[in-house]
Amino acid sequence: MEALPGAPQAGETSRLGLTMFRVALWLKSPRPYLMLIGFALFLGFWYLAVEVWKLPRFREMPGLTSVVREWLSPSPTYGLSIYSAEYYQHIAMSVWRVAQAFFLATALGVPVGLLLGWSRRFKEYVFPVFETLRPIPILAWVPLAIVMFIATESAVVYLAFLSSFFATALNTMLGVQSIDESYVRAANCLGASRWQVFRHVVVPGALPFIFTGLQISIGVSWFSLVAAEMVSGQYGLGYIIWTSYVMVRYPTIVIGMVTLGLVGYTTSAMVRIAGDYLMEWRVRELALAER
Amino acid sequence: MDQRGRILIEDVVKVYDPAGAAVMAVDHCSLEIEPGEICMIVGPSGCGKTTLLNAIAGFHEITSGRIVMDGEVLCSAERPKATPGPDRIVVFQNGALFPWKTNLQNVVFGPVMQGKLARREAIDKGRAMLADAGLSGVEHDYPGEVSSGMRRRVEIVRALMNDPKALLLDEPYRALDSLTKSVMHEALLEIYYKNKVTIFFITHDLEEAIFLGHRVAIMTTRPCKPKKILNVDIPHPRDYGVLTSKRFRELIEETNDAVHEEALKAFQAGEKEG
Repeated sequence: MEALPGAPQAGETSRLGLTMFRVALWLKSPRPYLMLIGFALFLGFWYLAVEVWKLPRFREMPGLTSVVREWLSPSPTYGLSIYSAEYYQHIAMSVWRVAQAFFLATALGVPVGLLLGWSRRFKEYVFPVFETLRPIPILAWVPLAIVMFIATESAVVYLAFLSSFFATALNTMLGVQSIDESYVRAANCLGASRWQVFRHVVVPGALPFIFTGLQISIGVSWFSLVAAEMVSGQYGLGYIIWTSYVMVRYPTIVIGMVTLGLVGYTTSAMVRIAGDYLMEWRVRELALAER
Repeated sequence: MDQRGRILIEDVVKVYDPAGAAVMAVDHCSLEIEPGEICMIVGPSGCGKTTLLNAIAGFHEITSGRIVMDGEVLCSAERPKATPGPDRIVVFQNGALFPWKTNLQNVVFGPVMQGKLARREAIDKGRAMLADAGLSGVEHDYPGEVSSGMRRRVEIVRALMNDPKALLLDEPYRALDSLTKSVMHEALLEIYYKNKVTIFFITHDLEEAIFLGHRVAIMTTRPCKPKKILNVDIPHPRDYGVLTSKRFRELIEETNDAVHEEALKAFQAGEKEG
């Protein structure tokens, strides 16, 4: 969004002020404490079910204490904890793959989605093919991906890219279609050309949907990455989970899973923050509606 | 006073053809709107009056007849769809300020897009016009942050920035409560007295129509054409005192039956709003 001369100063301070205000409001509300209670209940159940009550089916699972001890141990039994360099290599590898897949999916998915929503002709050519490919699960793509890309690395990124791309493109298309016809008409009345309508109405109007799409996209990118890493690959969190299963290192499986959850949550929070930054108008509207 | 903004609606017909069943929305409608006139179009919901506005604005095609503004044929049987442009700007029923632009960015949109003013000049002009309408305080707010009444005023300023010949208002105050509405009417008149543009104003509210208009065209329900045209002989400038005047009441009484009759017809036909 371009800022008007004279406006940016005021805009910057109010944006920071608004963020601070929302954080303060959040801390004053019961929400952060409810969140902590939620985590405590979940972890407490895990601990009790596995280690105290030894419930059927839970009995075989790695317990909370053994996972935490292993995770925080300077000399872990199975070789992987927050003190081992290898742990961070796995994380970095997965993050790097997701980043490539996500940026590729965004760079291609957003324009394709905009075109699908904007041009009826383009949609008629492309959408049926798109809808045929979209429901194919990522695991069904594995054999072809391996055949197509000789290097496993690009095959893994390709698999993580695919479902991301579909989520982004579909949401972007719906975003364009959701734009109230009056905005386009108003822009026409005000003398905007077709390209100006695209730039000033279609793109910003679709942005809320685009960011919903990107949130879904980063999520599906993570779970298809893990599927891909389980099948092929030598590093990464999916690879850890799978090899730990094969090698009977149960606590390490859970370390891999929890790490995935945390890293995944962080990346989708980053997407949300980027969205809030680009759509200040929406943040302010929602703040007024106390949501 | 300059003579711009004369709109001639000549024998316009609009037939919709959904699912092969032709529906006549506008039936040989003729109407002459004088330069600088406030012409109010009154009719029940769904009577086809918005169809007429869409034809003038260039959103929809007409079937036959023609619409001429200041000698320029906007649309005719040969060229059924007018091209939307900044000489006749629509103010929409639900408001169409871009929610992703601040009020000031909205206001400068027209001249900047057309390349008529440099951004800097447009901003100066926009500021001045917002100030003139008493809207200086909301320049850097987004439309979603101000009241719906203010949004309507900003939208009218956005239109006037382009120095249009005519404003086409499609029930702009329909969603407002009656108190806000009364404030908006006076604000609209105040803006009108400063910028004499032709105003084509659609409403289903007879009091609103008589309070604002030089003339009130009462339309028949679908198909739409003028049933009765009322000259409102209450002198401008007007203010809210008019509402309690004897003449105002007389005019309402004179026209109420005609409006009610059409509303009843529309109700019995079960017309969909729009």
